Amino acid sequence: MTLLSSVTGRLTAAALLVTLAAPASAQETPQAGGVANVAIQPEPPGLMLPLVQNAPTQRVAGNIFESLLRYDTDLEPMPQLAESWEISDDGLTYTFHLHPDVKWHDGEAFTSADVVFSADVFLRETNPRTRAILDHVKSIEAPDDNTVVFTLKQPFPAFIQAFEVGTLPMVPKHIYEGTDFYNNPANNHPIGTGPFEFAKWDRGSVIELGKNPDYYEAGKPYLDKIYWHVIPDAASRAAAYENGTLNIMPAGSVENFDIPRLAEMEGSCMTESGNEYFNPFAMLWLNNREGPTADKRFRQAVMYALDREFARNVLWNGLGKVPSGPFNSTLASHDDDLEPYPYDPDKAEELLDEMGYDGEPVRLLPLPYGETWTRWGEAVRQNLEDVGINVETESSDVAGWNQKISDWDYDIAFTYLFQYGDPSLGIARTYISSNIAKGSPWNNVEGYANPKVDELFANAAVENDPEKRQAMYDEVQQILHDDVPLAWIMELAQPTIYRCNVHDLITTGIGLNDGFKNAWIEQSGSND
Amino acid sequence: MSFFKRFAQNRGALGGLVILGLVVLLALLAPFLYPDSPWRMVQRPFLAPGEVSGFWLGTDVMGRDVAAGLAHGAWVSLLIGLISTVVALAIGVPLGALAGYFGGKIDDALMRFTEFFQTIPNFALAIVLVAIMEPSTVSIVLAIAIVSWPPVARLVRGEFLSIKHREYVEAARLVGQTHRDIIIKQILPNTLSPVIVLASLMVATAILLESSLSFLGLGDPDTMSWGYMIGAARTVMRQAWWLSVIPGVAILLTVLALNLVGEGLDDALNPQLARQR
Repeated sequence: MTLLSSVTGRLTAAALLVTLAAPASAQETPQAGGVANVAIQPEPPGLMLPLVQNAPTQRVAGNIFESLLRYDTDLEPMPQLAESWEISDDGLTYTFHLHPDVKWHDGEAFTSADVVFSADVFLRETNPRTRAILDHVKSIEAPDDNTVVFTLKQPFPAFIQAFEVGTLPMVPKHIYEGTDFYNNPANNHPIGTGPFEFAKWDRGSVIELGKNPDYYEAGKPYLDKIYWHVIPDAASRAAAYENGTLNIMPAGSVENFDIPRLAEMEGSCMTESGNEYFNPFAMLWLNNREGPTADKRFRQAVMYALDREFARNVLWNGLGKVPSGPFNSTLASHDDDLEPYPYDPDKAEELLDEMGYDGEPVRLLPLPYGETWTRWGEAVRQNLEDVGINVETESSDVAGWNQKISDWDYDIAFTYLFQYGDPSLGIARTYISSNIAKGSPWNNVEGYANPKVDELFANAAVENDPEKRQAMYDEVQQILHDDVPLAWIMELAQPTIYRCNVHDLITTGIGLNDGFKNAWIEQSGSND
Repeated sequence: MSFFKRFAQNRGALGGLVILGLVVLLALLAPFLYPDSPWRMVQRPFLAPGEVSGFWLGTDVMGRDVAAGLAHGAWVSLLIGLISTVVALAIGVPLGALAGYFGGKIDDALMRFTEFFQTIPNFALAIVLVAIMEPSTVSIVLAIAIVSWPPVARLVRGEFLSIKHREYVEAARLVGQTHRDIIIKQILPNTLSPVIVLASLMVATAILLESSLSFLGLGDPDTMSWGYMIGAARTVMRQAWWLSVIPGVAILLTVLALNLVGEGLDDALNPQLARQR
């Protein structure tokens, strides 16, 4: 794809220039005041983060709710509601010392009892992903108001990565204890400890968050208000950013084709940071149960047939990375010796010949998340047809897509999944056979079952010795790389575009989902 | 004066016929001019027309040849326009004929049924139908036919009402011809001219409907069509205006040509009306 490299090279170079040039003139002392106008796409179904896990909910409600920790861009834990913490040498006891002066938005004091209630009662009931993590926990105790002790059944080194706001948000015990969690009236007016309070929500138009005046970190937050604007049409969102109505465009709110144009505008900055904890990973589910995709050679042929560099350069404007295997390359446990499948249509045809593929049509289900994904579906179909695979594209809305994948009614289907910083939190779920169950589009949907892989993932999760753990993860990556239970197509980049006078917008590996407590806006003109 | 002479008297109609002929030619030659799939990514994306020789209309957002898309899209547009019109006629003509010929309760029942469809906005109904059946060429043809047959039924009914009391029909009835024979052999042939004119306009409407559906992303995802090309290019209007303009002009010309031809047919088939104008 040498033809393409010059175009994309130009685009990335331009983007880099913008990013590098921006902060040079920045004023260093944060200024209070100002309003953030942020695009939110699509409109979240609710804001009660401990109950609703959709990506747009996490983005808005990360300002309202908090967890014990946050994570920097290297995924090292940082203090949040917990000022400090200790992990015992045997890896079984996690002790957190809470910040002493934290208050809920309604004025009640936040204490260790809230932590025990949130983790042990509320989230165990409402969040399956959190429940799976808490399965490793024997007991959660509160020896005093400001101390919480988690005791584990066996070492689980990834546990320290689980205290992110979307995974373990703190829930007010005084409001929820003993109530029906799903029908509590407070769900419409969520109460958290975060830097911003829920103010109002005009459905279909705007969500307003106001500054929390009693926030426990002195002087923060700096912004007076955050408005989250619901604008369903991508072109209108872009126009709203250009005319200054919006000053922050989170990843996904700008179509990829438009990214260079908006990023190159004067006074516009772009960053890819803030993505590290989630590592969204685009994949093609390949149905391992039936049809041609049940044959390992066919699945390998798919990997050889896909021109992933083209997709990265053209569809994603050179952002993102072609993965070498099942683990995101930014993960510490990624096996760096793994070679990505090259784009080799001849090899793909050879494999198809070898298995005796007879031209049986294969259904392709793209992800209905907008323009880029539709185009990507077209590119993948063309790649597959070029090596002689008969493809029929299906179209559906988000609900239909969820349904088809949950019911295993697909041959090849697009998806993307968060990796949550550790294989045991975000990756094992896609490959272990105990996670094969109809009804969810997020588990082992492809139906891959390999006892060796199950064993390696299970043992690695509870192995406290980093070297032994890495050896197991290396082995599992090699097995998966060869078996191709699904096709790994892209480590997605999540560019945020914002006006350069917004500072310290993204300061952690959780990005915008971590809330705007450090963000401040440089006021133009000093004669006020 | 012969049919063709009368048709040719309308200059616009002649021009329309020429344009239409070119579009048909393009559609027929598409598999020979561009034997490759129009979906194939063949060059750098966003080439302006003529920037690289061999790509005289440039390339789209993914480096696909716009000219190839235009040629293959012509085939799809014409085919869907024609087939859905034929299907709409197959629904509308019998219903209108029965209603007009028998009158009374049958007429009431059939016309209320027709009105039921007429009261629902065409395009909204087409969207719903395609969304329910899942987008494919078949579902699009069906949806377009289902929303466009009511005017046919009303037109045919009107013609039947005016013709069924003419003397030759009475005579046919008197010699004992069956209802079926009277409808098919006596009346129907005499209603054909307005139906043909209407049909030519319906093809134009069907092409527009298909383009609108594809534009909204409800086209057959495996077929390259003009509406799809505009829909896919809409978001890059600012960077590459020609990507939406070229297929847009193609739709405009084809629909215009069909309308002009329809008008010419109207003149040719109804000489009295034409002369009065």
